[in-house]
Amino acid sequence: MDRELSLQDVMRVPVHGPGSSFSELLRTVSPDSLGRPDWQGVVHGPEGTTVLAVRFKDGVIVAGDRRATEGFQIAHRSIEKVFAADDMSAVAIAGAAGPAVEMVRLLQTELEHYEKVEGERLSLEGKANKLSQMIRANLPAAMQGMAVVPLFAGYDERRGAGRIFKYDITGGRYEEDDYHATGSGGKDARSSLKKRYKQDLTRDEAVKIAIEALFDAADEDVGTGGPDLMRGIFPTVAVITSDGTIEIAEEEIKALFEELIGERREQMMLPETHTVDVRRPKAEG
Amino acid sequence: MPYSYVSPEQLMKDKGDYARKGIARGRSVMALEYADGIMFVAENPSVTLHKISEIYDKIAFAGVGKFNEFEQLRIVGIQRADVKGYSYSREDVTAKGLANYYSQSLGMIFTEAPKPYECEILVAAVGDTHEQNEMFHILYDGSVSDRQNWVAMGGQAEALGTYLKEKYPKKLPTLAAGLKLGRDALHSVEGREIPFEALEAAVLDRKRARRKFRRLTPAQLQETLA
Repeated sequence: MDRELSLQDVMRVPVHGPGSSFSELLRTVSPDSLGRPDWQGVVHGPEGTTVLAVRFKDGVIVAGDRRATEGFQIAHRSIEKVFAADDMSAVAIAGAAGPAVEMVRLLQTELEHYEKVEGERLSLEGKANKLSQMIRANLPAAMQGMAVVPLFAGYDERRGAGRIFKYDITGGRYEEDDYHATGSGGKDARSSLKKRYKQDLTRDEAVKIAIEALFDAADEDVGTGGPDLMRGIFPTVAVITSDGTIEIAEEEIKALFEELIGERREQMMLPETHTVDVRRPKAEG
Repeated sequence: MPYSYVSPEQLMKDKGDYARKGIARGRSVMALEYADGIMFVAENPSVTLHKISEIYDKIAFAGVGKFNEFEQLRIVGIQRADVKGYSYSREDVTAKGLANYYSQSLGMIFTEAPKPYECEILVAAVGDTHEQNEMFHILYDGSVSDRQNWVAMGGQAEALGTYLKEKYPKKLPTLAAGLKLGRDALHSVEGREIPFEALEAAVLDRKRARRKFRRLTPAQLQETLA
């Protein structure tokens, strides 16, 4: 904290105080904690890879792999990319991990701050817009290599349905009707979802296709981490319904992956004839 | 108007009387420690203008007296807590720090502002165990007291205090028992029935995940008080 908040700060609220916005408040008391727009040069840090969201009958599923890469190196094997933004929404991050995690923390505080000050939650549309502004504020950093492109999904209490919002680097916000995936393996995950998605999926069906999509992305994209059976690291899957945001237990995810690997093993195993023994001289002929 | 001397004693006494009069006109709030944390009960016919609210993960706020004044204190409390938790860590936000800040502010307003605040507030934090609960009662002049078991503030504070001193059980009450005790206390001091719709109640429940604060809905109140 750069400056102590005093009662005088709030007394000004009716005219031009921060109101119920936390980032406005932070700008007045601790401007540097929001980052500086005058950074120079290009920087590279760890990058998050594949995240996705799928709508289903009762809400929406948000999932992400656990790998962060830095060039061709693995920067982190068990990073979390799916975060509950509040009780009714979640944000999944792809792109520069450092600023993305910070953006999520700011969004979480922002939503909780609004809810406490105003006594009610922001609308889902309002939350999506707030995130849009944060991405736009990050544009100078994005131009220097630190782009953050999150995926936002939540349960819209007024509509009684799950909704998905994707963003571009400038903060442009686009709503998706059925599913979306982003990050380095996003295209592969989308292709997978495209084949399996149906209207009005059940929760279990939606979780299953989300897991298959992550598996397919990890299978095609070097940046995306698959299930790490040796270390026991599995992708994160969150389910958001009118009951709130719940992260699915690791045992369930693990069981689903084992089932999927069982199904795919036969189909993916290389045929016997494919292996060539180089030591054996070719038959004369 | 010619300048006339007023002794500091007289000035403080007048301000104190003024603040107390303002607070005595308003309704009351109680905080009671119960088995799973701390509960708050108030008579409040409004469903939107709350006397009890959430400040941070484990911390709640209750105010009596002039609404706009304790509302201002509530908002600055949330702002301080959120800025501190964001800049450092969530566990660095404490009830003691907040109570100290409120005490300083109200003390300064009492001595320096032309008019003291006509409100009293309570900052409460639920601990991992009953012994770690904290309740700070802060008066209009900034004086703080560290309380246990129960706190009563507002117009009927004294009468409620007498009732609770007698009736608050030795063993920590359950949620239902505590709510009934709170309601009965209000009934007894007001001398009339107070329907559940006119009650505002909330808990800091240590069994909840990160955010311990929860409002009790009219349906929950009706069920518990039946």
